Amino acid sequence: MIPSTSSLIPQKKAKSASQTVLDKYSAKVYKKRKTHMLMVDHTAPAPQEIEANVRTIPGLLTHRGCCYAGCKGVVLGPLKDALLLVHGPIGCSFYTWGTRRHKARPRKDEKNFVPYCFSTDMQEGDIVFGGEKKLRTAIDEAMAIFKPETIFICSTCPVGLIGDDIAAIAAEAEEKYGIICTSFSCEGYKGVSQSAGHHIANNQLIKSVIGTGDSVPITKLSINILGEYNIGGDGWEIGRVLGRIGYETVCVLTGDGAVADIRNAHLAELNIVQCHRSINYIAEMMQAQYGIPWLKVNFIGVSATIKSLRDMAAYFVEKTGDDSILQRTEEVIADELVEIQEELDYYKQRLSGKTAFLYVGGSRSHHYQKIMRDFGMSAVLAGYEFAHRDDYEGREVIADIKVDADSKNIENLTLEPVEGKYHLHLSEAAVAKLKTTVDDFGYYGGMMKEMENGSVVVDDLNHFETEEFIKMLEPDVFFSGIKDKFVVQKGGVLSRQLHSYDYSGPYAGFKGAVNFGRDVSMGIYTPAWKLVVPPWKRQPFLSGTIGDA
Amino acid sequence: MRQIAIYGKGGIGKSTTTQNLTAGLGEIGKRIMVIGCDPKADSTRLLLSGLAQRTVLDTLREEGDEVELDSIMKDGFAGIKCVESGGPEPGVGCAGRGIITSINMLEQLGAYTDDLDFVFYDVLGDVVCGGFAMPIREGKAQEIYVVASGELMALYAANNICKGVQKYANSGGVRIGGVICNSRKVDGELELLTAFAKELGSQLIYFVPRDNIVQHAEINKKTVIDFDPESDQANEYRGLADAVQNNDMFVIPKPMVQDRLEELMMEHGFLGL
Repeated sequence: MIPSTSSLIPQKKAKSASQTVLDKYSAKVYKKRKTHMLMVDHTAPAPQEIEANVRTIPGLLTHRGCCYAGCKGVVLGPLKDALLLVHGPIGCSFYTWGTRRHKARPRKDEKNFVPYCFSTDMQEGDIVFGGEKKLRTAIDEAMAIFKPETIFICSTCPVGLIGDDIAAIAAEAEEKYGIICTSFSCEGYKGVSQSAGHHIANNQLIKSVIGTGDSVPITKLSINILGEYNIGGDGWEIGRVLGRIGYETVCVLTGDGAVADIRNAHLAELNIVQCHRSINYIAEMMQAQYGIPWLKVNFIGVSATIKSLRDMAAYFVEKTGDDSILQRTEEVIADELVEIQEELDYYKQRLSGKTAFLYVGGSRSHHYQKIMRDFGMSAVLAGYEFAHRDDYEGREVIADIKVDADSKNIENLTLEPVEGKYHLHLSEAAVAKLKTTVDDFGYYGGMMKEMENGSVVVDDLNHFETEEFIKMLEPDVFFSGIKDKFVVQKGGVLSRQLHSYDYSGPYAGFKGAVNFGRDVSMGIYTPAWKLVVPPWKRQPFLSGTIGDA
Repeated sequence: MRQIAIYGKGGIGKSTTTQNLTAGLGEIGKRIMVIGCDPKADSTRLLLSGLAQRTVLDTLREEGDEVELDSIMKDGFAGIKCVESGGPEPGVGCAGRGIITSINMLEQLGAYTDDLDFVFYDVLGDVVCGGFAMPIREGKAQEIYVVASGELMALYAANNICKGVQKYANSGGVRIGGVICNSRKVDGELELLTAFAKELGSQLIYFVPRDNIVQHAEINKKTVIDFDPESDQANEYRGLADAVQNNDMFVIPKPMVQDRLEELMMEHGFLGL
């Protein structure tokens, strides 16, 4: 789909905005930042390229996180039954404790470690003499008190510097206690952003968890949900709809997820991928090892949700030859819409014509453009914190992405089919046929193709650029995260957090869409900060005299 | 108080030289503290007649905050105060961080008293990381002596150490006081070391000849001055002590490139072959 040029975006303004921002930079910074921003132009003779996943320039106020944040915080954090043991000084543990709103609800007799914070609390002496002993003691304590079936050890920066052999200690613990104990060398300094941590987490889950279970799905409609982290309960809303249609979810990676389920992931019929950036490695590796195909989905927004459900149904029709799943899908869609249509229409009328900036992680900036469009809103600027070029331009560019020293430092697994566990789920002919109707089957087209001509794309948008672009492009709402929200909001422009949904949600699926419409409408029509005149605009704060007066 | 750090290739004889040198200074009434900055904790063995010294870091680990200066500092030969920083066993943890921690601890405990004439830091091998440069950072040792011999690897290490010193010399006040030759009796050693020191912009401050009595003294857990005060070697160490005490040549070193170092070697070391 190539959208037509929208009247909402003044093209000239957008182009000059980028230029104005860049003009403030020194020649060296100008040259580097220039490749990270562009104005979407679908009439260009060749697809547009953007630079991404490279080091942030020192001195720029980036909103990126670190490798540890991506591994421990994003991918592993939501798992209920895994005891996440952070090996390092207390800060990294404390500040990743309960900060991400990935909700978890244990099933009967299931352990839930999400509310806890486990740390080895390394002290100076542990740095000097090595922290291995303390890590062993921590594992023993964890086993004695909590009796987990899985322990994941995540290392923070100093552990990498002093070289504690956490892999050996994990192996020791597995032997000693008969549990899964896996180490993640996700020291914060690795890679250029949290993206490196996603990859490390993916690698270890593939190596030590996926494929170790033997609980065969009951139905023929079994799926894994990849890259859905149950922020504000998103996963539960998606699960509700999928359950109504009749899908059997083998496991979720990783929102409200359980290692006990992930062990059986290789037995599912299809992987659906919500967040491409953080989990595409597992989708790819599972296809290589177990033959399970994957489908890119998006459950943010009613139209995107409907498309995703139909794509899933198309796969299972192709696979089983039984089209009752398609019928059931349409029934559920119709039924869900009846329930929410009135509210959707109301919010659409409230939000139509509003513009927004989206600056979120590695997928949400794209996903939320769909829900905005459903409500008649449009994106004037969008960017990712830590995405790679394929998330902007589509997977077709992966082969052309320059491999640099930073990306080489992160292990890239090349995996072969696992004997006895590999299944060909669809014939080549069937895959080819399916791809003609389902464009997202085994493919992600990226964000830029679906953006309107004249909209601005900025990678690793920094604080200075945020403020400048907001002044010039005047969006009605700034969708972002906690690090940049308040500067913008208190400056009079509504800001909603798309990492955490502030204190609201879910925003996914049918009912989530209504919540989103409600929250954004509420914000836009309650412009509290815009009405406040700051004291320094009413009276001078400085007083003094000049010269001899 | 003059704070002096002794560097040099591993096994070159830094600890032996430092202890004999300080024995020489102690003999003439100087007040001295020797801080061993080597995880092996063997820098003060000769001064303490083999007395096993509890290291700063072991004490810190075992006693937590309750560390007393008395428990980590022992008086040795001629009243020389001996401290061992200590550190982890090989292959574990971070020895460099250990040195930083223990020197900070010594400062907090008030080990650097005004009555001291000299503080010596005996530092492990090469300056492999920031921790081993701790003794030459701002406010610590201002003088560096590099122990070397006529072997290429010893000079190579000495040259590398000068690179480290150069970095800190530009930001702080640390200077090279000279090269001490601990002779291995290789050909043209005196000429080579003289030329090497000169090329660095420094001096060969003393040439300590090789003498078996050093080994005899070591087996008896003593410095040569303590073991056999009348021997020639004892007088050599007194000479070294005198040279260090009266030294007034402190420079920022000019380390050389590898090629130049090898050229020097050819010119002097192998000339007679």
